[in-house]
Amino acid sequence: MNPEQFLYAETHEWVAVNEVDGQKIATIGISAHAVEQLTDLVFMELPEIGAKLESEKEFGEVESVKAVSPLYSPIDGEVAEVNTELPASLEILNEDPYGAGWIMKARITDESCLEKLMDFSTYQKQCGADG
Amino acid sequence: MPIQYGSIMEEHLATRRRATLFDVSHMGRIEIRGADAEQFIDGLTTRKVAGMGPGRIRYSLLCNSEGGILDDILVYRPPGDSDQFLLVVNASNRVSVLQWIEERRGGATFEIDDQTPGTAMLAFQGPMAIEKINPLLDFDLATLKYFCCRNAKLGSQDLLVSRTGYTGEDGCELIVPAEKAEEIWSELHELEDVSAAGLGARDTLRLEAAMPLYGHELSLSINPAQTGLDFACTLKGRDFVGKTAIEEAARKDCLPVRVGLVLEGRRAAREGDQVLAGEEQIGTVTSGTFSPTLQQPIAMAYIKREHAGSDSLLSIDIRGKSIPATVCELPFYRR
Repeated sequence: MNPEQFLYAETHEWVAVNEVDGQKIATIGISAHAVEQLTDLVFMELPEIGAKLESEKEFGEVESVKAVSPLYSPIDGEVAEVNTELPASLEILNEDPYGAGWIMKARITDESCLEKLMDFSTYQKQCGADG
Repeated sequence: MPIQYGSIMEEHLATRRRATLFDVSHMGRIEIRGADAEQFIDGLTTRKVAGMGPGRIRYSLLCNSEGGILDDILVYRPPGDSDQFLLVVNASNRVSVLQWIEERRGGATFEIDDQTPGTAMLAFQGPMAIEKINPLLDFDLATLKYFCCRNAKLGSQDLLVSRTGYTGEDGCELIVPAEKAEEIWSELHELEDVSAAGLGARDTLRLEAAMPLYGHELSLSINPAQTGLDFACTLKGRDFVGKTAIEEAARKDCLPVRVGLVLEGRRAAREGDQVLAGEEQIGTVTSGTFSPTLQQPIAMAYIKREHAGSDSLLSIDIRGKSIPATVCELPFYRR
């Protein structure tokens, strides 16, 4: 998985789009920058399989010692698979946010939602501006 | 002081296992000096401070006449000059405490000197704190009793050292001239096994130790009788502002009380979350976090008395989800 080829939401979720049997499947996670900013993660709530996702709407939450942060869906779609290993081993997010740290896979129902997302270099610039 | 230098979890555990340095200069430091200082302060504090020996420190509350808590403070009686007292107050209440003193002083003879801008305060906390700082001091800090203070030298620098803290660990706090703070910070920070800790860890540490935080467990709408801080209220044989209201609240025994809660799972309750017994709301969370030491979520809350017994099974509504929680004895952590 090469994060330079992923798409990114302003809210720090990444999307890798693959085509399986003619269906666009999005793998979704949160960026290394987001993990670094959150620090001390202790809890993550995953969505249910089959749950409808709407671009820019909350689909779950991640909690650190300090605070709770919502996770926003970068796409319109439906949850197909969730990374059930993740909640019990959140350190995976620090170790491999773009690989083993994936959060869910979802069928994309409206591809136009991808147009709102940033490429890697644009996202990096946003992170730089965030400090 | 930043929320965190790196990881709150690591700063927290470093305090529990080694020694950490906190810049707590934001705390207010108000000196009151003069013939009437002792009697005047004693008329404001819920705890008796008249007759305190030089070199002693006491934790106390300040109340208004309705029993609402204005602040929780440390009253220092520095060694030597018996007319001199130092109040260490919360940063957010410094101005209102200064006003409160001015309003109440009448014809009393004393001077008020707000030493906050001219001094800095460092907290050095953890099981290794005393042994680490000792070689730099001109006396053996282990001989200074808990909640006592004395003048000392760190290297060539004069300072006031106290055996106090807000973490539930052994350690000390230093009050130093502001212009020397950076130098003293560096000297301590460079010691082996010593690291910096921020406001985030300070909050999780004090919560594990069940120490109240003004604005959360203490406020103008909370009476000391609800807080469980009985040691901080000397009701017999003296009078102070708010005494009648505290006695009345204690007699009526109907206000919500402060309890500790341990939650199931890993999701932490936060301030404002509702505490439920079955379907009924019986209280509100005032502080909550995931405890780095216990590795489970803990919270403090004010709840109805009839549910406040240990092992009482309750639940907390965390953003629409009901999470089981059990009342437990405070503190959550004891060194």
